[in-house]
Amino acid sequence: MFAKRIIPCLDVDNGRVVKGVQFVDIRDAGDPVEVARRYNLEGADEITFLDITASSDDRATMVDVVEQVASEVFIPLTVGGGIRKIDDVRRMLSAGADKVAINTAAVFNPEFVREATEHFGSQCIVVAIDAKAVNDHWEIFTHGGRKPTGLNAVEWAQKMTEYGAGEILLTSMDRDGAKTGFDNRLTRAVAEAVSIPVIASGGVGELQHLVDGVKLGGADAVLAASIFHFAEYTIGEAKQFMSKQGIEMRL
Amino acid sequence: MKQQIAVVDYGMGNLRSVSKALEHVAPDSRVKVTDDPNDIANADHVVFPGQGAARDCMAAIKRHQLNAVVLEAAREKPFLGICMGLQVLLGFSDENNGVELLNLFPGKVTRLPPAMQGEEGLPLKIPHMGWSQARQTQSHPLWHHVDDDSRFYFVHSYYVEPDDEALAAATTEYGVNFVSAIAGSHVFACQFHPEKSADSGLQLLRNFVQWDGR
Repeated sequence: MFAKRIIPCLDVDNGRVVKGVQFVDIRDAGDPVEVARRYNLEGADEITFLDITASSDDRATMVDVVEQVASEVFIPLTVGGGIRKIDDVRRMLSAGADKVAINTAAVFNPEFVREATEHFGSQCIVVAIDAKAVNDHWEIFTHGGRKPTGLNAVEWAQKMTEYGAGEILLTSMDRDGAKTGFDNRLTRAVAEAVSIPVIASGGVGELQHLVDGVKLGGADAVLAASIFHFAEYTIGEAKQFMSKQGIEMRL
Repeated sequence: MKQQIAVVDYGMGNLRSVSKALEHVAPDSRVKVTDDPNDIANADHVVFPGQGAARDCMAAIKRHQLNAVVLEAAREKPFLGICMGLQVLLGFSDENNGVELLNLFPGKVTRLPPAMQGEEGLPLKIPHMGWSQARQTQSHPLWHHVDDDSRFYFVHSYYVEPDDEALAAATTEYGVNFVSAIAGSHVFACQFHPEKSADSGLQLLRNFVQWDGR
Protein backbone atom coordinates (compact mmCIF):
# COMPACT_ATOMS: atom_id res chain seq x y z
CA MET A 1 0.00 0.00 0.00
CA PHE A 2 0.97 3.57 -0.64
CA ALA A 3 2.14 5.48 2.44
CA LYS A 4 1.24 9.02 3.37
CA ARG A 5 4.29 11.15 4.09
CA ILE A 6 5.41 13.24 7.06
CA ILE A 7 7.66 16.11 6.09
CA PRO A 8 9.40 18.17 8.80
CA CYS A 9 10.18 21.70 7.65
CA LEU A 10 13.18 23.76 8.73
CA ASP A 11 13.22 27.53 8.35
CA VAL A 12 16.80 28.49 7.65
CA ASP A 13 18.14 32.04 7.92
CA ASN A 14 21.67 32.58 6.72
CA GLY A 15 22.58 28.97 7.31
CA ARG A 16 20.98 28.62 10.75
CA VAL A 17 17.71 27.02 11.78
CA VAL A 18 15.43 29.70 13.20
CA LYS A 19 12.60 29.19 15.70
CA GLY A 20 15.06 26.89 17.46
CA VAL A 21 14.95 23.17 17.82
CA GLN A 22 14.96 21.49 21.18
CA PHE A 23 16.49 18.07 21.21
CA VAL A 24 18.40 17.00 24.29
CA ASP A 25 20.96 15.09 22.30
CA ILE A 26 21.78 17.76 19.78
CA ARG A 27 24.89 19.83 20.35
CA ASP A 28 23.96 22.73 18.11
CA ALA A 29 20.22 23.07 17.66
CA GLY A 30 20.71 25.82 15.12
CA ASP A 31 22.73 23.66 12.76
CA PRO A 32 20.43 22.51 9.95
CA VAL A 33 22.69 19.60 9.13
CA GLU A 34 22.47 18.23 12.64
CA VAL A 35 18.71 18.74 12.79
CA ALA A 36 18.21 17.06 9.41
CA ARG A 37 20.32 14.13 10.55
CA ARG A 38 18.11 13.79 13.60
CA TYR A 39 14.86 13.92 11.61
CA ASN A 40 16.21 11.29 9.26
CA LEU A 41 16.95 8.98 12.20
CA GLU A 42 13.43 9.52 13.49
CA GLY A 43 12.00 8.33 10.19
CA ALA A 44 11.09 11.50 8.29
CA ASP A 45 9.85 10.63 4.80
CA GLU A 46 11.33 13.80 3.31
CA ILE A 47 12.80 17.04 4.64
CA THR A 48 11.95 20.54 3.46
CA PHE A 49 14.24 23.53 3.96
CA LEU A 50 12.76 26.95 3.64
CA ASP A 51 15.43 29.56 3.08
CA ILE A 52 14.20 32.79 4.64
CA THR A 53 17.50 34.62 4.22
CA ALA A 54 16.68 38.18 3.29
CA SER A 55 19.81 38.98 1.32
CA SER A 56 20.44 37.06 -1.86
CA ASP A 57 24.19 37.36 -1.22
CA ASP A 58 23.81 34.99 1.68
CA ARG A 59 22.06 32.31 -0.32
CA ALA A 60 25.33 30.56 -1.02
CA THR A 61 25.13 29.43 2.60
CA MET A 62 21.98 27.46 1.79
CA VAL A 63 23.83 25.68 -0.99
CA ASP A 64 26.45 24.55 1.52
CA VAL A 65 23.75 23.32 3.88
CA VAL A 66 22.08 21.29 1.13
CA GLU A 67 25.42 19.84 0.05
CA GLN A 68 26.25 18.71 3.55
CA VAL A 69 22.82 17.24 4.24
CA ALA A 70 22.69 15.47 0.88
CA SER A 71 25.96 13.71 1.52
CA GLU A 72 24.65 11.93 4.59
CA VAL A 73 20.86 11.98 4.60
CA PHE A 74 19.41 9.68 1.95
CA ILE A 75 15.77 10.69 1.74
CA PRO A 76 14.20 13.30 -0.58
CA LEU A 77 15.17 16.90 0.15
CA THR A 78 13.19 19.95 -0.93
CA VAL A 79 14.46 23.52 -0.85
CA GLY A 80 12.21 26.57 -1.07
CA GLY A 81 12.67 30.30 -0.68
CA GLY A 82 14.24 32.66 -3.16
CA ILE A 83 13.95 30.34 -6.16
CA ARG A 84 13.42 32.84 -8.98
CA LYS A 85 15.54 31.80 -11.93
CA ILE A 86 16.43 28.60 -13.75
CA ASP A 87 19.91 29.05 -12.37
CA ASP A 88 18.59 29.02 -8.79
CA VAL A 89 16.90 25.70 -9.51
CA ARG A 90 20.01 24.25 -11.09
CA ARG A 91 22.18 25.39 -8.18
CA MET A 92 20.00 23.69 -5.58
CA LEU A 93 19.58 20.49 -7.58
CA SER A 94 23.27 20.17 -8.21
CA ALA A 95 23.92 20.77 -4.51
CA GLY A 96 21.85 17.66 -3.85
CA ALA A 97 18.25 18.86 -3.48
CA ASP A 98 15.70 16.57 -5.12
CA LYS A 99 13.00 19.18 -5.48
CA VAL A 100 12.70 22.93 -5.30
CA ALA A 101 9.64 24.82 -4.18
CA ILE A 102 8.73 27.88 -6.25
CA ASN A 103 6.48 30.35 -4.53
CA THR A 104 6.35 34.07 -5.24
CA ALA A 105 8.20 33.75 -8.53
CA ALA A 106 5.41 31.52 -9.84
CA VAL A 107 2.82 34.17 -9.00
CA PHE A 108 4.69 36.95 -10.77
CA ASN A 109 5.94 34.82 -13.64
CA PRO A 110 3.98 31.58 -14.15
CA GLU A 111 6.00 30.79 -17.27
CA PHE A 112 8.94 30.22 -14.96
CA VAL A 113 7.20 27.09 -13.66
CA ARG A 114 6.69 25.78 -17.17
CA GLU A 115 10.28 26.55 -18.05
CA ALA A 116 11.61 24.87 -14.91
CA THR A 117 9.56 21.69 -15.41
CA GLU A 118 10.62 21.46 -19.05
CA HIS A 119 14.24 21.85 -18.01
CA PHE A 120 14.37 19.59 -15.00
CA GLY A 121 11.21 17.48 -15.09
CA SER A 122 7.96 17.80 -13.15
CA GLN A 123 9.21 15.48 -10.44
CA CYS A 124 11.50 18.15 -9.00
CA ILE A 125 9.26 21.20 -9.21
CA VAL A 126 6.96 21.89 -6.29
CA VAL A 127 4.71 24.94 -6.45
CA ALA A 128 4.16 26.50 -3.04
CA ILE A 129 0.86 28.29 -2.49
CA ASP A 130 0.17 30.55 0.48
CA ALA A 131 -3.58 31.00 0.77
CA LYS A 132 -6.00 32.86 3.02
CA ALA A 133 -9.74 32.53 3.26
CA VAL A 134 -11.47 35.53 1.69
CA ASN A 135 -15.27 35.41 1.81
CA ASP A 136 -16.29 32.06 0.30
CA HIS A 137 -12.98 31.18 -1.36
CA TRP A 138 -9.21 31.22 -0.81
CA GLU A 139 -6.89 33.79 -2.23
CA ILE A 140 -3.14 33.70 -2.75
CA PHE A 141 -1.04 36.09 -0.69
CA THR A 142 2.64 36.86 -1.04
CA HIS A 143 5.22 38.50 1.21
CA GLY A 144 4.50 36.35 4.21
CA GLY A 145 0.76 36.77 3.86
CA ARG A 146 0.75 40.56 3.65
CA LYS A 147 0.10 41.15 -0.04
CA PRO A 148 -3.06 39.93 -1.73
CA THR A 149 -2.79 38.90 -5.36
CA GLY A 150 -6.43 38.48 -6.27
CA LEU A 151 -5.66 34.93 -7.43
CA ASN A 152 -8.03 32.13 -6.48
CA ALA A 153 -5.94 29.42 -4.80
CA VAL A 154 -7.84 26.44 -6.21
CA GLU A 155 -7.80 27.79 -9.76
CA TRP A 156 -4.13 28.64 -9.35
CA ALA A 157 -3.30 25.10 -8.25
CA GLN A 158 -5.04 23.78 -11.37
CA LYS A 159 -3.13 26.20 -13.56
CA MET A 160 0.19 25.23 -11.98
CA THR A 161 -0.64 21.55 -12.58
CA GLU A 162 -1.22 22.34 -16.25
CA TYR A 163 2.12 24.17 -16.28
CA GLY A 164 3.82 20.95 -15.22
CA ALA A 165 4.22 21.24 -11.44
CA GLY A 166 4.87 17.85 -9.83
CA GLU A 167 3.41 18.67 -6.46
CA ILE A 168 1.60 21.42 -4.56
CA LEU A 169 2.79 22.63 -1.16
CA LEU A 170 -0.31 24.30 0.24
CA THR A 171 -0.01 26.57 3.27
CA SER A 172 -2.97 28.13 5.01
CA MET A 173 -1.82 31.58 6.10
CA ASP A 174 -4.81 31.73 8.46
CA ARG A 175 -3.57 28.68 10.31
CA ASP A 176 0.19 29.09 10.02
CA GLY A 177 1.55 29.30 13.56
CA ALA A 178 -1.93 29.10 15.10
CA LYS A 179 -1.61 25.44 16.15
CA THR A 180 -5.32 24.87 15.58
CA GLY A 181 -4.89 22.36 12.74
CA PHE A 182 -4.72 22.56 8.96
CA ASP A 183 -7.45 24.33 7.02
CA ASN A 184 -8.84 20.98 5.88
CA ARG A 185 -11.52 22.53 3.70
CA LEU A 186 -8.83 24.35 1.75
CA THR A 187 -6.69 21.22 1.44
CA ARG A 188 -9.64 19.17 0.27
CA ALA A 189 -10.72 21.76 -2.27
CA VAL A 190 -7.25 21.74 -3.82
CA ALA A 191 -6.70 17.97 -3.52
CA GLU A 192 -9.95 17.35 -5.37
CA ALA A 193 -9.15 19.88 -8.05
CA VAL A 194 -5.71 18.63 -9.11
CA SER A 195 -4.24 15.32 -10.26
CA ILE A 196 -0.86 15.82 -8.54
CA PRO A 197 0.03 15.22 -4.87
CA VAL A 198 -0.84 17.93 -2.33
CA ILE A 199 1.16 18.62 0.83
CA ALA A 200 -0.86 20.24 3.62
CA SER A 201 0.96 22.87 5.66
CA GLY A 202 0.22 25.45 8.33
CA GLY A 203 -1.38 24.98 11.71
CA VAL A 204 -0.26 21.69 13.21
CA GLY A 205 -0.35 21.81 17.01
CA GLU A 206 -1.08 18.19 17.87
CA LEU A 207 -0.89 14.77 16.29
CA GLN A 208 -4.61 14.54 15.56
CA HIS A 209 -4.15 17.48 13.19
CA LEU A 210 -1.87 15.34 11.02
CA VAL A 211 -4.53 12.62 10.87
CA ASP A 212 -7.19 15.20 9.99
CA GLY A 213 -5.01 16.62 7.21
CA VAL A 214 -5.05 13.22 5.53
CA LYS A 215 -8.54 12.02 6.42
CA LEU A 216 -10.49 15.27 6.17
CA GLY A 217 -8.19 17.26 3.91
CA GLY A 218 -7.25 14.42 1.58
CA ALA A 219 -3.56 15.45 1.70
CA ASP A 220 -0.94 13.12 0.28
CA ALA A 221 1.64 14.44 2.72
CA VAL A 222 1.62 16.56 5.85
CA LEU A 223 4.23 19.18 6.68
CA ALA A 224 4.94 20.53 10.15
CA ALA A 225 7.65 22.51 11.84
CA SER A 226 7.20 23.50 15.44
CA ILE A 227 5.71 20.31 16.89
CA PHE A 228 8.86 18.51 15.84
CA HIS A 229 11.34 21.31 16.56
CA PHE A 230 10.31 21.66 20.14
CA ALA A 231 10.41 17.92 20.60
CA GLU A 232 6.77 17.88 21.63
CA TYR A 233 6.58 14.77 19.50
CA THR A 234 9.10 12.79 17.55
CA ILE A 235 8.39 11.95 13.95
CA GLY A 236 8.30 8.30 14.99
CA GLU A 237 5.52 9.02 17.49
CA ALA A 238 3.59 10.97 14.88
CA LYS A 239 3.82 8.08 12.42
CA GLN A 240 2.72 5.54 15.03
CA PHE A 241 -0.23 7.75 15.92
CA MET A 242 -1.32 8.11 12.31
CA SER A 243 -0.84 4.42 11.67
CA LYS A 244 -3.06 3.52 14.64
CA GLN A 245 -5.77 5.68 13.10
CA GLY A 246 -5.66 3.51 10.02
CA ILE A 247 -3.39 5.63 7.83
CA GLU A 248 -0.77 3.73 5.86
CA MET A 249 2.68 4.93 6.95
CA ARG A 250 6.30 3.91 6.44
CA LEU A 251 7.18 2.71 9.93
CA MET B 1 43.37 -1.30 -7.30
CA LYS B 2 40.33 0.43 -5.97
CA GLN B 3 37.01 -0.82 -7.23
CA GLN B 4 35.72 1.57 -9.90
CA ILE B 5 32.05 2.45 -10.02
CA ALA B 6 30.89 4.47 -13.01
CA VAL B 7 27.69 6.50 -12.70
CA VAL B 8 26.57 7.15 -16.27
CA ASP B 9 25.94 10.85 -16.81
CA TYR B 10 24.04 11.66 -19.97
CA GLY B 11 22.68 14.95 -18.74
CA MET B 12 19.35 13.61 -17.51
CA GLY B 13 18.76 14.42 -13.92
CA ASN B 14 20.67 15.01 -10.81
CA LEU B 15 23.30 12.38 -10.19
CA ARG B 16 24.72 13.85 -7.07
CA SER B 17 22.49 11.87 -4.70
CA VAL B 18 23.34 8.64 -6.50
CA SER B 19 27.06 9.20 -6.31
CA LYS B 20 26.89 10.41 -2.69
CA ALA B 21 24.93 7.35 -1.64
CA LEU B 22 27.41 5.05 -3.39
CA GLU B 23 30.33 6.80 -1.71
CA HIS B 24 28.51 6.37 1.58
CA VAL B 25 28.12 2.60 1.22
CA ALA B 26 31.44 2.00 -0.54
CA PRO B 27 33.95 4.39 0.99
CA ASP B 28 36.89 2.40 -0.42
CA SER B 29 35.63 2.51 -4.01
CA ARG B 30 36.18 5.18 -6.58
CA VAL B 31 32.84 6.58 -7.74
CA LYS B 32 33.00 8.52 -10.99
CA VAL B 33 30.12 10.41 -12.58
CA THR B 34 30.98 10.22 -16.25
CA ASP B 35 29.82 10.25 -19.86
CA ASP B 36 33.15 8.94 -21.15
CA PRO B 37 32.66 5.54 -22.83
CA ASN B 38 36.16 4.53 -21.70
CA ASP B 39 35.32 5.09 -18.04
CA ILE B 40 32.20 2.96 -18.45
CA ALA B 41 34.09 0.25 -20.30
CA ASN B 42 36.80 0.18 -17.63
CA ALA B 43 34.53 0.31 -14.57
CA ASP B 44 33.92 -2.72 -12.37
CA HIS B 45 30.34 -1.69 -11.65
CA VAL B 46 28.04 0.54 -13.67
CA VAL B 47 25.12 2.56 -12.34
CA PHE B 48 22.68 3.89 -14.91
CA PRO B 49 20.29 6.48 -13.44
CA GLY B 50 17.96 8.79 -15.26
CA GLN B 51 15.06 11.18 -14.90
CA GLY B 52 12.77 12.98 -17.24
CA ALA B 53 10.92 12.02 -20.37
CA ALA B 54 11.71 8.90 -22.43
CA ARG B 55 12.26 10.79 -25.67
CA ASP B 56 14.72 13.21 -24.03
CA CYS B 57 16.56 10.36 -22.32
CA MET B 58 17.00 8.38 -25.52
CA ALA B 59 18.09 11.50 -27.40
CA ALA B 60 20.65 12.25 -24.68
CA ILE B 61 22.01 8.68 -24.72
CA LYS B 62 22.46 8.92 -28.49
CA ARG B 63 23.98 12.39 -28.29
CA HIS B 64 26.54 11.14 -25.78
CA GLN B 65 27.08 8.05 -27.99
CA LEU B 66 26.46 5.75 -25.10
CA ASN B 67 24.09 3.15 -26.63
CA ALA B 68 26.69 0.54 -27.40
CA VAL B 69 28.81 0.96 -24.30
CA VAL B 70 25.80 0.88 -21.99
CA LEU B 71 24.43 -2.29 -23.59
CA GLU B 72 27.86 -3.87 -23.47
CA ALA B 73 28.27 -3.00 -19.79
CA ALA B 74 24.84 -4.45 -19.04
CA ARG B 75 25.87 -7.75 -20.61
CA GLU B 76 29.27 -7.95 -18.96
CA LYS B 77 29.38 -6.53 -15.46
CA PRO B 78 27.22 -5.69 -12.47
CA PHE B 79 24.84 -3.07 -13.76
CA LEU B 80 22.25 -1.13 -11.79
CA GLY B 81 19.50 0.79 -13.58
CA ILE B 82 17.49 3.34 -11.59
CA CYS B 83 14.13 4.89 -12.59
CA MET B 84 14.51 5.95 -16.26
CA GLY B 85 17.65 3.82 -16.19
CA LEU B 86 15.28 0.86 -15.82
CA GLN B 87 12.71 2.03 -18.37
CA VAL B 88 15.13 2.67 -21.23
CA LEU B 89 16.36 -0.94 -21.02
CA LEU B 90 13.00 -2.08 -22.42
CA GLY B 91 11.90 -2.10 -26.04
CA PHE B 92 9.34 0.63 -26.42
CA SER B 93 7.72 3.38 -24.39
CA ASP B 94 4.25 4.82 -24.87
CA GLU B 95 5.54 8.17 -23.58
CA ASN B 96 5.86 11.11 -26.03
CA ASN B 97 3.66 9.34 -28.62
CA GLY B 98 5.98 6.35 -28.69
CA VAL B 99 9.75 6.04 -28.25
CA GLU B 100 12.08 3.20 -29.27
CA LEU B 101 14.29 2.24 -26.33
CA LEU B 102 17.50 0.22 -25.94
CA ASN B 103 15.63 -3.10 -26.10
CA LEU B 104 17.92 -5.07 -23.81
CA PHE B 105 14.75 -6.57 -22.38
CA PRO B 106 11.86 -6.83 -24.86
CA GLY B 107 8.72 -5.32 -23.49
CA LYS B 108 7.09 -1.95 -23.13
CA VAL B 109 6.69 1.01 -20.83
CA THR B 110 3.13 2.11 -20.11
CA ARG B 111 1.52 5.04 -18.34
CA LEU B 112 -0.16 4.47 -14.98
CA PRO B 113 -3.90 4.44 -15.71
CA PRO B 114 -5.75 7.68 -14.90
CA ALA B 115 -8.63 7.77 -12.45
CA MET B 116 -7.33 4.99 -10.24
CA GLN B 117 -9.28 5.02 -7.01
CA GLY B 118 -7.34 5.80 -3.83
CA GLU B 119 -8.38 6.29 -0.24
CA GLU B 120 -10.47 9.08 1.27
CA GLY B 121 -12.63 9.18 -1.86
CA LEU B 122 -9.88 10.82 -3.89
CA PRO B 123 -8.27 9.48 -7.05
CA LEU B 124 -4.71 8.16 -6.81
CA LYS B 125 -2.35 10.91 -7.86
CA ILE B 126 0.00 10.72 -10.81
CA PRO B 127 3.01 10.85 -10.57
CA HIS B 128 3.22 8.05 -8.06
CA MET B 129 5.36 10.02 -5.62
CA GLY B 130 6.25 8.56 -2.26
CA TRP B 131 7.01 5.38 -0.36
CA SER B 132 5.59 2.08 -1.58
CA GLN B 133 6.36 -1.53 -0.83
CA ALA B 134 8.42 -3.77 -3.08
CA ARG B 135 7.23 -7.36 -2.95
CA GLN B 136 10.25 -9.51 -3.83
CA THR B 137 9.35 -11.99 -6.56
CA GLN B 138 12.69 -13.79 -6.77
CA SER B 139 15.63 -14.23 -4.46
CA HIS B 140 18.53 -12.12 -5.60
CA PRO B 141 21.86 -10.98 -4.11
CA LEU B 142 20.58 -7.39 -4.15
CA TRP B 143 17.79 -8.31 -1.73
CA HIS B 144 20.30 -9.54 0.85
CA HIS B 145 19.24 -8.13 4.25
CA VAL B 146 16.41 -6.18 2.62
CA ASP B 147 13.09 -7.30 4.13
CA ASP B 148 10.37 -8.40 1.77
CA ASP B 149 7.79 -5.62 1.35
CA SER B 150 10.28 -2.94 2.37
CA ARG B 151 9.28 0.55 1.35
CA PHE B 152 11.21 2.48 -1.27
CA TYR B 153 10.83 6.01 -2.63
CA PHE B 154 9.17 6.23 -6.04
CA VAL B 155 8.62 9.13 -8.45
CA HIS B 156 7.22 8.07 -11.81
CA SER B 157 4.21 8.12 -14.11
CA TYR B 158 5.18 5.15 -16.32
CA TYR B 159 5.98 1.54 -15.47
CA VAL B 160 7.67 -1.39 -17.22
CA GLU B 161 6.01 -4.49 -18.64
CA PRO B 162 8.77 -6.93 -19.67
CA ASP B 163 7.61 -9.62 -22.11
CA ASP B 164 9.42 -12.20 -20.01
CA GLU B 165 7.59 -12.08 -16.69
CA ALA B 166 10.32 -14.15 -15.07
CA LEU B 167 12.54 -11.06 -15.19
CA ALA B 168 10.53 -9.44 -12.40
CA ALA B 169 12.50 -9.08 -9.18
CA ALA B 170 9.79 -7.09 -7.39
CA THR B 171 6.25 -5.88 -7.85
CA THR B 172 4.50 -2.88 -6.34
CA GLU B 173 0.89 -1.96 -5.94
CA TYR B 174 -0.25 1.52 -6.96
CA GLY B 175 -3.67 1.27 -8.52
CA VAL B 176 -2.18 -1.50 -10.64
CA ASN B 177 0.27 -4.19 -9.61
CA PHE B 178 3.38 -3.32 -11.64
CA VAL B 179 6.92 -4.66 -11.98
CA SER B 180 9.06 -2.36 -9.82
CA ALA B 181 12.39 -4.15 -10.31
CA ILE B 182 13.79 -6.53 -12.88
CA ALA B 183 16.83 -8.80 -12.76
CA GLY B 184 18.45 -10.51 -15.72
CA SER B 185 22.02 -11.62 -16.41
CA HIS B 186 24.24 -8.89 -14.91
CA VAL B 187 21.47 -6.36 -14.59
CA PHE B 188 19.38 -5.30 -11.66
CA ALA B 189 17.13 -2.35 -12.39
CA CYS B 190 14.52 -0.69 -10.24
CA GLN B 191 11.78 1.86 -10.73
CA PHE B 192 12.30 3.27 -7.24
CA HIS B 193 15.23 5.39 -6.05
CA PRO B 194 17.47 3.40 -3.69
CA GLU B 195 19.61 6.52 -3.20
CA LYS B 196 16.58 8.24 -1.64
CA SER B 197 15.13 5.27 0.23
CA ALA B 198 16.89 5.55 3.59
CA ASP B 199 18.21 2.30 5.10
CA SER B 200 16.53 -0.14 2.69
CA GLY B 201 17.91 1.73 -0.28
CA LEU B 202 21.40 1.99 1.17
CA GLN B 203 21.37 -1.75 1.88
CA LEU B 204 20.42 -2.45 -1.73
CA LEU B 205 23.27 -0.22 -2.94
CA ARG B 206 25.67 -1.91 -0.52
CA ASN B 207 24.60 -5.26 -1.97
CA PHE B 208 25.14 -3.94 -5.46
CA VAL B 209 28.72 -2.79 -4.89
CA GLN B 210 29.52 -6.21 -3.41
CA TRP B 211 27.77 -8.10 -6.20
CA ASP B 212 29.80 -9.99 -8.78
CA GLY B 213 26.94 -9.89 -11.27
CA ARG B 214 25.89 -13.50 -10.90
